[in-house]
Amino acid sequence: MADEEDIILSELSDDELVLQMHDDLYDGLKEEIEEAVNILLGRGWAPYDVLTKALVAGMTIVGYDFRDGILFVPEVLLAANAMKAGMAILKPLLAETGAPRMGKMVIGTVKGDIHDIGKNLVSMMMEGAGFEVVDLGINNAVEKYLDALEAEKPDILGMSALLTTTMPYMKVVIDTLKEKGMRDDYVVLVGGAPLNEEFGKAIGADAYCRDAAVAVETAKQFMSRKHNQTA
Amino acid sequence: MPEPDDQMLTETGLAPEAPGRAGARGQVLLLACGALAHEILALKRANGWTHLDLMCLPAKLHLWPDRIPAAVEAAVAEHRGAYETIFVVYADCGTGGLLQAKCAELGVEMVEGPHCYSFFEGNAVFAERAEDEFDAFYLTDFLVRQFDAFVWKPMGLGRHPELRDMLFGNYSKLVYQAQTEDPALEAKARDCAARLGLAYERRFTGYGDLASALARV
Repeated sequence: MADEEDIILSELSDDELVLQMHDDLYDGLKEEIEEAVNILLGRGWAPYDVLTKALVAGMTIVGYDFRDGILFVPEVLLAANAMKAGMAILKPLLAETGAPRMGKMVIGTVKGDIHDIGKNLVSMMMEGAGFEVVDLGINNAVEKYLDALEAEKPDILGMSALLTTTMPYMKVVIDTLKEKGMRDDYVVLVGGAPLNEEFGKAIGADAYCRDAAVAVETAKQFMSRKHNQTA
Repeated sequence: MPEPDDQMLTETGLAPEAPGRAGARGQVLLLACGALAHEILALKRANGWTHLDLMCLPAKLHLWPDRIPAAVEAAVAEHRGAYETIFVVYADCGTGGLLQAKCAELGVEMVEGPHCYSFFEGNAVFAERAEDEFDAFYLTDFLVRQFDAFVWKPMGLGRHPELRDMLFGNYSKLVYQAQTEDPALEAKARDCAARLGLAYERRFTGYGDLASALARV
């Protein structure tokens, strides 16, 4: 549309630009997001503020509309690509500027399952929320989870599955953690399309997260409980 | 009954064949996914199963599996007074056990297995293969015919071809599970694999466990 084509990002006020970034994320406009991130940084914004107020807030709207059936997988992927491009600019700066660190998560899709769209969204949103994320990728056997837990010493273990046939493997991992006396060392969050809360409870996870936004909120709650316990 | 149209099976489903005669001839209602209509009708014809009436829910429910249990429940409530038995011709289909739980609550039986790819191949064989074949993307006869409606369009690949590798990059091959011998469908399935950038394999399954499940009804 002509009006949208005429928008010059650098001429917008900060507030207008942030709202425009929410729109551009929604529309999956990667180059516009990159340009806007650089504009805000050029105006002296802290990288953490650009990340949370522009990117994470925009992606949260995308997540809500996906949950409500307004947006579909392709639109979410395009938005995620745009956010990833913005985060690529911010990541090195966040490390330099000492952004708040919420905790650490090891995440992976379970053995026999190659589906990673949801897991990748969770990883990205967790990073956006200030978590350090170690992504093990797809098709992870229990040994791979255990090795990563021992090497990375995370606060949270996240497991994802898209298939009815692979989701029971999450219980294999949790049972192994119990056998080894490691279960209580980690918060275990599970997610994936065929899962539900009852399943999460039945296999002994700490919580089932229906989408990336819920995963972030749940992880934050567990971290704040942990901090309260240790304070 | 004439062969129903695929577009209708996808979008709106199929009304019961003979609800007026239900008390007399159609004692059993097969409450099926639209993606299985042709196969069920073929089995009915081949076996002379005139006691079975078929109705289908829209196949596109598979795009939102969480909606399947409620749709099945509504159809059972609407039709159970007219039939002696209702048999649900769905597998778990991504409902994570919720469809099985709903069927148990309603007192109706359903087909065993995780999904139609499994019962067409035979649940036991499919489970055995699953360990080595989890990177296969499966299409049945219906899904080959409706590839654009179920894969290409919902995944936005026409408008955004750059998403292909994000969506299918972890798959290694497309397995076409053929229920029938049809050279035109095979050519289309091969083309589907090429469009997704996947290796192609055709495997004739026939109707697999679907035939034995319906024979027991």
